[in-house]
Amino acid sequence: MAKITLAKGLNAGIRKAMENDPKVLVMGEDVGKLGGVFRITDGLQKDFGEDRVIDSPLAESGILGTAVGMAMRGYRPVCEIQFDGFVYPAYDQIVSQVAKIHFRSQGKVTMPIVVRIPFGGGIGAVEHHSESPEAQFAHTPGLKVVACSNPVDGYWMIQQAIACDDPVIFLEPKRQYHADKAELDESTTPQPLFTSRVVREGSDLTLLAYGPMVKTAMASAEAAATEGKSIEVIDLRTLSPLDLAPVFASVRKTGRAVVAHEAHVNLGMGAEVASRITEACFYSLESPVLRVGGFDTPYPPSRIEEQWLPDLDRVLDAVDRSLAF
Amino acid sequence: MSEQSNFGPDLGEVFGPNHADGGPELVQLLTPEGERVEHPEFSFDLGDEAIKGFYRDMVLTRRIDTEATALQRHGELGIWAQLLGQEAAQIGSGRALRTQDFVFPTYREHGVAWCRDIDPLRLLGLFRGVDQGGWDPDDGNFGLYTIVIGAQTLHATGYAMGLQRDGVVGTGDQDRDAAVVAYFGDGASSQGDVNEAFIFAASYNAPVVFFCQNNQWAISEPIERQTRIPLYQRALGFGFPGVRVDGNDVLATYAVSQAALQRAREGQGPTLVEAYTYRMGAHTTTDDPTRYRLSEDLETWKLKDPIQRVKAYLTRNGLVDQAFFDEIETEAERLGEHLREGCRALPEPRVLDIFDYVYAEDTPELAEQKAGFAAYLDSFETTGAH
Repeated sequence: MAKITLAKGLNAGIRKAMENDPKVLVMGEDVGKLGGVFRITDGLQKDFGEDRVIDSPLAESGILGTAVGMAMRGYRPVCEIQFDGFVYPAYDQIVSQVAKIHFRSQGKVTMPIVVRIPFGGGIGAVEHHSESPEAQFAHTPGLKVVACSNPVDGYWMIQQAIACDDPVIFLEPKRQYHADKAELDESTTPQPLFTSRVVREGSDLTLLAYGPMVKTAMASAEAAATEGKSIEVIDLRTLSPLDLAPVFASVRKTGRAVVAHEAHVNLGMGAEVASRITEACFYSLESPVLRVGGFDTPYPPSRIEEQWLPDLDRVLDAVDRSLAF
Repeated sequence: MSEQSNFGPDLGEVFGPNHADGGPELVQLLTPEGERVEHPEFSFDLGDEAIKGFYRDMVLTRRIDTEATALQRHGELGIWAQLLGQEAAQIGSGRALRTQDFVFPTYREHGVAWCRDIDPLRLLGLFRGVDQGGWDPDDGNFGLYTIVIGAQTLHATGYAMGLQRDGVVGTGDQDRDAAVVAYFGDGASSQGDVNEAFIFAASYNAPVVFFCQNNQWAISEPIERQTRIPLYQRALGFGFPGVRVDGNDVLATYAVSQAALQRAREGQGPTLVEAYTYRMGAHTTTDDPTRYRLSEDLETWKLKDPIQRVKAYLTRNGLVDQAFFDEIETEAERLGEHLREGCRALPEPRVLDIFDYVYAEDTPELAEQKAGFAAYLDSFETTGAH
């Protein structure tokens, strides 16, 4: 078994999908010769050719708009948006076309398009390179939205997203790309794509996270354990649809929940999750569901981003407030 | 037409003192008076039988339009986007298509839909509010009407890139080589998506014809608000040819479309065709053009009517008799009846069905919402049917 990074996991996953289905195409800015600015598509153009790994003009709406046409012709485009903050020029095509064509056609036309977006902060980047736009897509009917948090999930989830007949916004925690390695056993059967997962069991509080915050949540649970607090951590993995059955089961057990994400708290995923937990687990709750996330400001200059991003201490602060309620 | 502005040149030179004439570059093969004229580059290579067919197509297309407009006035349609005056642009380009070509329309391509054998009744669903596109794009290779201005030009380009990958471009096999037509208007030419489509198509040499019906008006905004040069000239800046054709001349729109499509099918890349025409009706049935344009313009363009000039040609040359016109009139009556009766009989959408169209692979969340709403509806005993 090989130890791989998230970047390698995604790369291997896309490669596998391209080997399995000749209709799978990769499109985006710098995805070809360069292999993407994060090297996620490294080597793919060399092996699959320029017709299947397409360096596009620098126009995000153009990438998504042409992907729609290719999907109508029977292809399965995997579009890379170079950075989260650059997805907005494509927003109209994603929201008004990609998301709605299946509905508009009463199911006659499918849109098997994957939009890969490196998201989240913590890499010391300039403006527009560190955002977390997931709620805007999860709010859009017709799209499915998932976020991977580790190399093994990256390998499986990207293949499952490409195989899905619906458009999938695929969020990749960019600061994890070349960070932690994990062992990939390709012989195992992956968990279905649109499901969440309990990644650490506990009994005092349920901590929910996805993407880059899963690592922070795990570290927080570890730290809390040294103080005798038992935290259950769930990696949500799928943001639309949400898979909350495991979350409800957990909250009914612990009576407390904290949701953590890098995105702004106002109208973020945490708000939806908190609302659903309250509806489903009202009589089990010992305290209000709390949210930890980015403040309701634009993403700050990078020298202060570590203060802005919810870290272990801010997560533990919310955990403490919940336990003390 | 254009007023001298303190902030820019007089546009008279590029648009013509009265821009209705389309300028010297205009490709015309049949004059408004119904006389055949030659053009050094484009020729109409079909016979009079085809012209008779085009005449029939245009009359029936106009009938679809007037009937749908009347249906809106009677409250049967919520709105209708009229094509009056654009019949030649649509029939000429539509008849130049081969079966294997694919069309990406706006919401006004009723004449092109006619050429693709889409039952005009299907077009009404969107405007009646019973569906958002009542046909399968793969039947007739005619995409769904697209309302966001210009978005479909990128879809067309992507589809054309798909054709390239499928190896059905430039093989020399006339029955196999395919192209795509992206319809759009003068207003859409200002959209980023249209300009991005030009760039992608040029960059990949995609087999797509950008067919712009310049009908002079984007609701209330005149062409001068969209462009400072004739639209067809923009193609040069993107690196492919542009042609301005008399959009009210069905022979010329056919010939120019045919040539552009053939270029595309042969692998020579995109072409911009600017069909110079005039929106003789309102933008839609909710619009009131008297608020923003002169009635004398309309009178000028009435003299260039796309149907009248073909009628003049056919009559003057003794190619048809009265029975020909009577037959088409009878056919138009039948078509009108089909639309009137069919429109009222279009099945109402069922609210619970919409949950099934959101995703190809259903989600438990939506299934739960559907079940919950069904139970809610069932709780009203008197109105329980759904």
